[in-house]
Amino acid sequence: MTLRVDGRSGVPPYLQIAQQIRQAIVAGVLVPGDQLPTVKEMVAMVAVNPNTVFKSLRELEFEGLVEGRPGAGTFVLRRPPGPSASHHIKLRRSLERWVNQARLSGMDDRSIEGLVRQVMFDLDEREATA
Amino acid sequence: MTAATIETTGLGKRYGSTWALQDVTLTVPPGRISALVGANGAGKTTLLRMLAGVATPSAGTITVAGQHPADDVGFLRRISYVAQDMPLYGRWKVADQLKLGTELNEDFDDAGARERLRALSIPLDRKVAALSGGMRAQVALALALGKRPDVLLLDEPLAALDPLARRDFLSTVATAVVDRPLTVLLSSHLLPDLERICDHLIVLAGGRLVLADDIDHVLATHRVLTAAARDTTALERVHDVITIQRTPRQVTGVVRVGAAPLEPDWDVTEVSLEEIVLAYLGVAQSAGPPATAPASLTLLREER
Repeated sequence: MTLRVDGRSGVPPYLQIAQQIRQAIVAGVLVPGDQLPTVKEMVAMVAVNPNTVFKSLRELEFEGLVEGRPGAGTFVLRRPPGPSASHHIKLRRSLERWVNQARLSGMDDRSIEGLVRQVMFDLDEREATA
Repeated sequence: MTAATIETTGLGKRYGSTWALQDVTLTVPPGRISALVGANGAGKTTLLRMLAGVATPSAGTITVAGQHPADDVGFLRRISYVAQDMPLYGRWKVADQLKLGTELNEDFDDAGARERLRALSIPLDRKVAALSGGMRAQVALALALGKRPDVLLLDEPLAALDPLARRDFLSTVATAVVDRPLTVLLSSHLLPDLERICDHLIVLAGGRLVLADDIDHVLATHRVLTAAARDTTALERVHDVITIQRTPRQVTGVVRVGAAPLEPDWDVTEVSLEEIVLAYLGVAQSAGPPATAPASLTLLREER
């Protein structure tokens, strides 16, 4: 598993890290019983304050996805609800194709993000009025 | 083993008739990474030099883990200080520099320092002067950490480094804090880097302490307030107004919001750490580009 933190994204670093770990569990990169990298390894990977990593882990513990075992480390407890790992990979691949197309046709990342949010918003609206 | 708390009371330093630093009463929390921020000449280096025991206070006191470090030379060993110019012997090989560290310090972690430099692919047989700025900074940091200090003081360690080297440097500092109880105080102009690595913020302006608080708490309590032009006396009575700007139609301020409720017609938005720091440094950020950018603003913005 690799981690990244984008300092310019509006999302707080601890949520970025939590989301990436969650994603790794959803995608089956980490399965129940697996040990997460140590706090030190994660701190070294992303160059953030150790407390930021602790905060991410607390977030995931609260969601019941991981469990800290004193003196042993943090372990994956279960997958969050959602599509199976293989289906998740398919969804991801089709999104990759779509993002690629959007970029090739000249959309910048901000407009892509904006469009995704807009589409989700419109779908919610449609569902609400249906 | 617990990390050391640094406390100062009424700390001041006078050069001739000028006070470089005045009346600083401050607690640097143990085991954390604190950012020391301020414009050039705000007193950052003066403060660090006094904490390191290389400058003598003109007023006030310093304690580290409850002791006065200046009273006890042995105690100074527990403090590592890396000055701004990364003082190393340019003609020496890295290995000789480490040997000096071993000779001069009772309990120098030579193996740890070598391992740290090896992991960063820094050749021990290279002369220090032949290393890149980033590598030199890592050698200075390895020496500082090799002392197994309780307190690590870093004066502008990032200034001369490219973004990648900055990241490696900060990563080494952050992992050192995971390894052992270590209190870090790091001065820099580069707020985005600091925000990532530090969890406590200390701001100096004109030789005085203007803010010292946990970064999470700073972000949670400060807001930008905007409303139609009005009298703000009532607001200023119950909340801490850091800066306020008025146009004929509008009033905007960076405010530390107190317990009292705000009048409902204020538009309240979250504010970035950079804007908060600039507010404390007395640099009002106008909507349009200022005719001449104030020096401190330029410094905080450079290299982003």
